[in-house]
Amino acid sequence: MPVLIGIGTGFNITSKNQKYMTKILVCISNVPDTTTKITFTDNNTQFNTSGVQFILNPYDEIALSRAIEFTEASGGPVTVINVGEASTEPTIRKALAIGATDAVRINAKPHDAWFVANQIAEYVKNNSFDLILTGQESIDYNGAKVAGMLGELLDLPSVSIIKKLTFDGNTATVEREIEGGKEILTIPLPFVAGTAEGVAEPKIPNMRGIMSARTKPLNVIEPVEVKTFSEVLSYETPAPRGQVKLIPADNTTKLVELLHDEAKVI
Amino acid sequence: MPVLIYAENAGGKFKKSIFEAVSYARAIADQDNTTLTAISIGNVANGELSLLGKYGADKVLNVSNEKLKNFVNQAYASVIAEAAKKEGADIVVLSNTFSGRGLAPRVGVKLQAGVADGAIALPEQSGGKFTIKKTAFSGKAFAVVELTSANKVIALVPNSYKVVETNKTAQIEDFNADVKETDFKAMLKEIVRATDKVSLPDAEIVVSGGRGLKGPENWGMVEELADLLGAATACSKPVSDAGWRPHSEHVGQTGIAVSPNLYIAIGISGAIQHLAGVSSSKVIVVINKDAEAPFFKVADYGIVGDAFEVVPKLIAALKEYKA
Repeated sequence: MPVLIGIGTGFNITSKNQKYMTKILVCISNVPDTTTKITFTDNNTQFNTSGVQFILNPYDEIALSRAIEFTEASGGPVTVINVGEASTEPTIRKALAIGATDAVRINAKPHDAWFVANQIAEYVKNNSFDLILTGQESIDYNGAKVAGMLGELLDLPSVSIIKKLTFDGNTATVEREIEGGKEILTIPLPFVAGTAEGVAEPKIPNMRGIMSARTKPLNVIEPVEVKTFSEVLSYETPAPRGQVKLIPADNTTKLVELLHDEAKVI
Repeated sequence: MPVLIYAENAGGKFKKSIFEAVSYARAIADQDNTTLTAISIGNVANGELSLLGKYGADKVLNVSNEKLKNFVNQAYASVIAEAAKKEGADIVVLSNTFSGRGLAPRVGVKLQAGVADGAIALPEQSGGKFTIKKTAFSGKAFAVVELTSANKVIALVPNSYKVVETNKTAQIEDFNADVKETDFKAMLKEIVRATDKVSLPDAEIVVSGGRGLKGPENWGMVEELADLLGAATACSKPVSDAGWRPHSEHVGQTGIAVSPNLYIAIGISGAIQHLAGVSSSKVIVVINKDAEAPFFKVADYGIVGDAFEVVPKLIAALKEYKA
């Protein structure tokens, strides 16, 4: 007799001696490539996207890779969801090529984490899942907020920055970093987690994946109305540093003196 | 309305980053001409709690409920939000620690508050606008964000605000939080603390090694230098990807962003992704045998030389300086 857990309606799978169903949602964002030199336009109020290559957020790639690893072993669909305009579709197709079963795009500019989390929460309420993964943060706005907000909006446990994720039946063991150490937790599914490096090796799409991604379902839905709580007014880039002071390789004493007397950091 | 600061403890003690956040929250309370309440959850002795007063809290709410002894994200968020409501606080400050980053969004939703994560400066309040500067693009830039909600949650980056001592004595009160059973689904099994190491995200000095060190067997001198300086050790992405060092030491765009007073980079060329993670460092020292390494362009001090010769000499010079 299968034990049905969570709020999902996925496929029957077997793990240890338990049969249960699993359905995973992976939240993805479309971000500037890590090599991008960041500049702004319109009096430093807009990110300059000119010539910028956009990619699947690296932390989300880890989340997706872990979800696929898990379902490869046990079956069950992996849905990716993105809050973005049509321009994010190449990134969504990449996620499908990596191995997601289907995709959802909520057709709106991702105003802020609060907006994004509310859109995804609305979708989850109408389409239940057993596990929701997302990258710990997007590499553009770095909020690390979507996992926690989703947890709160859906009244589910959340772990914002995890380094390891394993499953035993309907319980997950999660390792999360703390300053100077780590915590190991067990959490019953369903829950929300933000993934960091260490959770999985990013999967590279193969040719079959790329071909099949073209025909996998990508459903576009319209956003719900959400009251906004924040606005980015402007951007700054870090102040340039002065000319580097070079110290001869055989005069490390001089470096120690400068760090003590001039920089006053030791 | 008062400001509430969540004072996170690590094994019953507050770290410097928490006192920074208390001082920061004090300054916000002063901007608004109001009081600062601190909330501590878990087993913290009164002597330690009174330190929160020294750094600016008028009152300390102490939650010593046995069930809340260990950190549970969902339950702690409920307690903090409840305290904010009870105190009538419209601004909640946390430290942007691993735990703080888990709590801030949950507290934000509970209070229907805009959340400014990664804050690096005091908010500016003028003409009815509440704006705050935060890190963005993984350290490659900053964003000035306006929080338009009535309630606000702010998470302060460690090492970005100076600790300020006051002559306050905080009044310590027990706070009995009413937490529902469903907030405890996540169960803590084990805490592993590397007590002999300085933690990287809030370290004041960081010694970091790159591919130029050729292999994990050569990290002895990095660790020795770090020990001498009371520094945390770190590394570049290729080093953690190769498994020479753990991922938790990876500094850069997809690893940890640090903002120490001193960052010493040894054998790291300075790829743009690595530089993003260190751009908030106050002073950067680069040791690299390649004079053309891009890292020298953002360094304050540099030594062009072979790490295997320079680092032992630097260790010797430091020992001499210390003696």
